[in-house]
Amino acid sequence: MERKPPPFPDSEEQEAHSEKAEEESGDDDDDDDDDGGEDIFTGNDLFSEEGSYPGVQEPSVDNQHASNGLRSDDDEQDLFAEARVELSLDRSSTKGIREVTRSSPSAPDISYKSSTSKMSFEKPEEEESNDKFELNIAVTHPEKVGDGMNAYMVYKVSTQTTLPMFKSRAFSVRRRFSDFLGLFEKLSEKHAQNGYIVPLPPEKSVVGMTKVKVGKEDTSSTEFVEKRRAALERYLHRVVSHQNLLQDPDVREFLEKDELPRAVSTQTLSGAGFLKMINKASDAVNKMTIKMNESDNWFEEKLQEVENEEQQLRKLHAVVDALVNHRKDLCGNTAVFAKSMAMLGNSEDNTALSRALSQLAEVEDKMEQLHQEQASNDFFIFAELLADYVRLLGGVRNCFDQRIKTWQRWQDAQSTLQKKREVEAKLLWANKPDKLQQAKDEITEWEAKVTQYERDFERICATVRKEVLRFEKEKSNDFKVHIIKYLESLLVSQQRLIKYWEAFLPEAKAIS
Amino acid sequence: FSLLSLAVNVDLQTDGTLQVDISDALSERDKVKFTVHTKSTLPSFKQNEFSVVRQHEEFIWLHDSFVENEEYAGYIIPPAPPRPDFDASREKLQKLGEGEGSMTKEEFTKMKQELEAEYLAIFKKTVAMHEVFLCRVAAHPVLRKDLNFHVFLEYNQDLSVRGKNKKEKLEDFFKNVVKSADGVLVAGVKDVDDFFEHEKTFLLEYHNRVKDASAKSDRMIRSHKSAADDINRIASTLYTLGTQDSTDVCKFFLKVSELFEKTRKIEARVAADEDLKLADLLKYYLRESQAAKDLLYRRGRALVDYENANKALDKARAKNKDVLQAETTQQICCQKFEKISESAKQELIDFKTRRVAAFRKNLVELAELELKHAKVTSPHLLLVKN
Repeated sequence: MERKPPPFPDSEEQEAHSEKAEEESGDDDDDDDDDGGEDIFTGNDLFSEEGSYPGVQEPSVDNQHASNGLRSDDDEQDLFAEARVELSLDRSSTKGIREVTRSSPSAPDISYKSSTSKMSFEKPEEEESNDKFELNIAVTHPEKVGDGMNAYMVYKVSTQTTLPMFKSRAFSVRRRFSDFLGLFEKLSEKHAQNGYIVPLPPEKSVVGMTKVKVGKEDTSSTEFVEKRRAALERYLHRVVSHQNLLQDPDVREFLEKDELPRAVSTQTLSGAGFLKMINKASDAVNKMTIKMNESDNWFEEKLQEVENEEQQLRKLHAVVDALVNHRKDLCGNTAVFAKSMAMLGNSEDNTALSRALSQLAEVEDKMEQLHQEQASNDFFIFAELLADYVRLLGGVRNCFDQRIKTWQRWQDAQSTLQKKREVEAKLLWANKPDKLQQAKDEITEWEAKVTQYERDFERICATVRKEVLRFEKEKSNDFKVHIIKYLESLLVSQQRLIKYWEAFLPEAKAIS
Repeated sequence: FSLLSLAVNVDLQTDGTLQVDISDALSERDKVKFTVHTKSTLPSFKQNEFSVVRQHEEFIWLHDSFVENEEYAGYIIPPAPPRPDFDASREKLQKLGEGEGSMTKEEFTKMKQELEAEYLAIFKKTVAMHEVFLCRVAAHPVLRKDLNFHVFLEYNQDLSVRGKNKKEKLEDFFKNVVKSADGVLVAGVKDVDDFFEHEKTFLLEYHNRVKDASAKSDRMIRSHKSAADDINRIASTLYTLGTQDSTDVCKFFLKVSELFEKTRKIEARVAADEDLKLADLLKYYLRESQAAKDLLYRRGRALVDYENANKALDKARAKNKDVLQAETTQQICCQKFEKISESAKQELIDFKTRRVAAFRKNLVELAELELKHAKVTSPHLLLVKN
């Protein structure tokens, strides 16, 4: 490859973190090389097979850049180039706290592969004895199984890890979309109520899938499949970056087990469906006009921030979407114009001018390609990032709502207890010893519940705080990384543009 | 817009004896008033330097008077400037005003500035188009002597040229229909002269392709402008996000917002330059090639008339009736045809030279501008990245 954009300066990213990170990163740096990926994969059959990609858009003229959206042969080696997660387990802690550093994407390939998210954070309080473990996940090779309306896409989920909790170091399974949704459902059932922010999977899309099922081999269904594949990959990255979720056996099973029972209940359930439920629930909560005695304004402020941000991101996403569409238009119009210019060049009878016009047509053709790729970048790097976060912020809101629900449960228990005590008092006064015992039992039961629920509430408060901070860090990094990647793509675009016009200029000057 | 930067104003032999330019222009409600400024050493003018105020309709009157003048049948009449059209721009400004409530103050100010800049650009363009027309006339060895032209330049009262009324417009419409039908007939006549035969074929094809290219370039540039507008909105939204807080990521958003703001300006400039150097060029040559076609048509018409006159003369001689009249008619037709042919040849050669030169100039400038803009963008991007 002639021109590599400068790789992400790892040191910069990690500077933001405490010394802990820097200590550890001594080991990381080796793995962060461009070659890092290759060590693991040479000779590994899993990753050397060719993908069966549906009809691809024509490969780009420049060999430097992979074709739109789908990994080219060059990338087989670097399948995990952007998927590295480095984990260090602190065995001493039961919570499995660890420091996770994700190495920056070192692949020279700068097209909009969406799987990069760099996260780095650490637990400020704990000193950890850290062993470096790696966990790379990639979602690749979308394949259509079956046909007609019963067809579905299957994705290859490849994991490569040094974590001891997995049975082997490298393995892959085939999963379909509903499996991902099933995973989400299980995780949120278990963890959402404790105040964890469970990452959301991509949305179900009847339109998109129908096209694929029907077998339309056009660019829109190719795009749809690629969009989904990238989103599923990002989803898994987020899941495994979350320390608690990674420990969940369901996650392990998802990555490892050959055959998963079909997640039937997800047929109507999806990230969006779940969100709708959440929104309904939170509306219900709000309608109950819960005036929580906020001992801590932090939660109220944060929630407000989250809601504001969600609104802004939605707006931004809409505008970026518009940009994507306009660029696509520009692309189409440029192609048409290029042809027109070529025709004009043909009819021009001055030879030098004729040639120059043909050259211009070629330049415009190349511009069209540039626009095309830029539009993809706009979409895959920028727009999808925003879409993800709009959804994720919904998840964050849910987390806050769970906290309120927990508080409510505690309050309810307290009032129930109060009522039981009143009953007891009445019984004492009325002197009914047999019922009294029952009342006393009930009181004990409810006292325990109150204590339990209070503790639950305190726990969820702490969890929510922690989660929000973790989320914010992740989001901050995610945005930085993606936007920088996007800017890099713009930079490369400009450089290519310069190349094309510089080649054209002498032709124009040669007209006489 | 200086005279020299105009797309089409290349290779005009402007000598000191007659120099025309539009020194000022005023945009009112629904009309534009151009101040036409003349500098001349020609004795036919009362003064050496003077200015008058003209409106678009008066330019059209002048152009039409050339077209209708039989004497000028053998010349490519410089195409009339297009009517100043601010409708689209005004509409956008109006829509912006209506939507003021739905956007932040910064956004509104920004968009307003954008639209005002667009309005100004359109305004400058229409001034340039009108100026080019006058300069082409002034540079033409025969047209520059035209009496109407002198009146146009010098007469400091309103020319009382009213726009065509409905009846006249209808007449024009029918004239055009007849002309195109006739044009087809005339074009079908094979020319003896190779030069003209080649030109006819060439111009027909060229004109159509230029038309196509012009339309497509317009569409392309419009998309480009839309994309630039989007980047503008992205910049604004990022700015809002960035001002929510003073965290790291917010500072980052602010930087990126700034970058997008710069990028957007550059993109808008690129689109504007493409518009100027490419789209305007194509539009102008669309009109000029039409004028050249018109010339060929007139010549063709004269040829047909000449041939008909010949046939009539033969008939008259055979019948020995009205021979003198037929001879005279034939003579006239012959002279007319030869006169047109002679000047037409030179005109067409000049047209080619002008065209090649204009394209060269514009393509070179286009490439240079594209490079300039791209090179400016890159360091900005690098700055934010670090």
